[in-house]
Amino acid sequence: MSTTAVPPMIQMTAVNKWFGVFHVLKNISIEVAKGERIVVCGPSGSGKSTMIRCINALEEHQSGRIVVNGTELARDLKKIDLVRREVGMVFQQFNLFPHLTVLENLCLAPVWVRKQPRAEAEANAMRYLERVRIPEQARKYPNQLSGGQQQRVAIARALCMNPSVMLFDEPTSALDPEMIKEVLDVMVELAEEGMTMVCVTHEMGFARSVANRVVFMDGGEIIEVQPPEAFFHAPKSERTKLFLSQILHH
Amino acid sequence: MTDAALPIAPPRTGPTAWLRTNLFGSWRNTLISLGSFALLVWAVPPLLDWFLFESRWGDTPPAECRKAAGACWAFVHEKHRLILFGRYPFAEQWRPLVGMAILLGLIGASCYRPFWRRWLLAVWAVGIAVMAVLMWGGVFGLRFVETTLWGGLPLTFLLTTVGVGAAFPLGVVLALGRRSKLPIIRAVSIGYIELVRGVPLVSLLFMASFMFPLFMPSGVQINALIRAQVAIILFAGAYLAEVVRGGLQAVPRGQIEAAAALGMGYWLTMRKIVLPQAIRLVIPGIVNSFISTFKDTSLVAIVSLSDLMLSTRQAIADPLWRPFFVEGYVFIGAIYLVFCFLMSRYSQHLEVQLNTGRRR
Repeated sequence: MSTTAVPPMIQMTAVNKWFGVFHVLKNISIEVAKGERIVVCGPSGSGKSTMIRCINALEEHQSGRIVVNGTELARDLKKIDLVRREVGMVFQQFNLFPHLTVLENLCLAPVWVRKQPRAEAEANAMRYLERVRIPEQARKYPNQLSGGQQQRVAIARALCMNPSVMLFDEPTSALDPEMIKEVLDVMVELAEEGMTMVCVTHEMGFARSVANRVVFMDGGEIIEVQPPEAFFHAPKSERTKLFLSQILHH
Repeated sequence: MTDAALPIAPPRTGPTAWLRTNLFGSWRNTLISLGSFALLVWAVPPLLDWFLFESRWGDTPPAECRKAAGACWAFVHEKHRLILFGRYPFAEQWRPLVGMAILLGLIGASCYRPFWRRWLLAVWAVGIAVMAVLMWGGVFGLRFVETTLWGGLPLTFLLTTVGVGAAFPLGVVLALGRRSKLPIIRAVSIGYIELVRGVPLVSLLFMASFMFPLFMPSGVQINALIRAQVAIILFAGAYLAEVVRGGLQAVPRGQIEAAAALGMGYWLTMRKIVLPQAIRLVIPGIVNSFISTFKDTSLVAIVSLSDLMLSTRQAIADPLWRPFFVEGYVFIGAIYLVFCFLMSRYSQHLEVQLNTGRRR
């Protein structure tokens, strides 16, 4: 690999996807550089979740190329698992494992997938729990925690695999308003440390302060890609303007 | 949630208040209470008379027993060795007794959660081997006893334990197979489950005992006990598969996606994420299947294996004691009841224990 031209972390080229006859992703092409933070927004049903779920092959794309950290996502299960280890994901509904304690949630994949010794995995997990500021909850079960705490555990769980990219699929949409900030704070810190991030979110404050670029999607297409400043103050497309007027109404 | 919907009980306590609220709260309750009371008065005294007051115990000879109005427990006393151990050689019956004690000990130990470790499997292997040596003999100066002579309660426990122990993994594999994305595996699983569930156990036992040997090359003999055991495993496996599938379907998709996003493969996801949750959800159904299997083993009597049911019938066959078949069936009925009840209680206990993660 050449040292001069750093290859992009994520490269999507002309990606198309259909759910039956419904064309959810239309010719999606985008590159995400290492260390870049991308916020994806758009009206519901615009395909933004589907797009980021294609990056770790939770959804299969039917045409086009997706290359993540040098590995192309083909129909090769081994390669898919390889990519998934490098790509952390945080879900809207947390998806913590309810039958395992917080610590076990964090250690499971490092121990069984990365084959880390248990003691090392636990020490690592505790470090991440401290970073998301809930080390005291390690021995509890997920359902004993608040929504905000659960989402922070989910972030820590993804980080324990030491990923090169983090995907966030509406991480604050299922939270009560008073818990959104604690999760966003963790995400901001992560961004400051230089993590490559792709976030589907409606938190425009987060987009303003953290994103390098904002991607606006509608009807399965990328309508516009702009730095936040330009995106919020000088949107090019009418659809973007309409969307912004709807979500920034006060 | 539901507690709040209940009417607030009057703040009175004591037996009278309890009676008033629970038995005579309204005219309908009063009517039901009086009816039930009358039924008890009508039914309980004669039953007590039969079971206890008019019954004959100990060494009462059958002629004496016939004169009594109550049960002749002397029959059970006289025949208990035949009922409990079947035709196993009389002098050697300590062997199945010890074997059965080992089996029950293993089951008891396996009920204790801190013992759920890998070494428990090794303990089981050793225990089963010791039981086999004890029952079969032929080594260590123990007389060889053919499986055709095995019988009674040890045989019932053996068929149940091995049946349940082997049917459970089979059921899990079939349940996973039925939900597989691979069409051939799915078709085979569905075909198997529907075929086996669609026929009575009796017909499977007949097939195993009488038809199967016809297909075998001459000279190849498979022990009748093993054939019946296999039939029980195959049958119970199909039922368990459907119970487990119910659990698999109840595990949210997000759980599988979260595991996938962490790079976990299919088998790891199933073993660590999906099955532990699925099985917890269907413990009542699983135990229900286990209880059915326990009782279904009594059907091996039709292929001449003298389990508890057949050994009891053999005891009744004695002309001297023939009138007292009711006592015999009541006795083994009580044995079945006790063990089924224990299983059911344990399943409730387990449900509470394993639901730690779901409790708020």
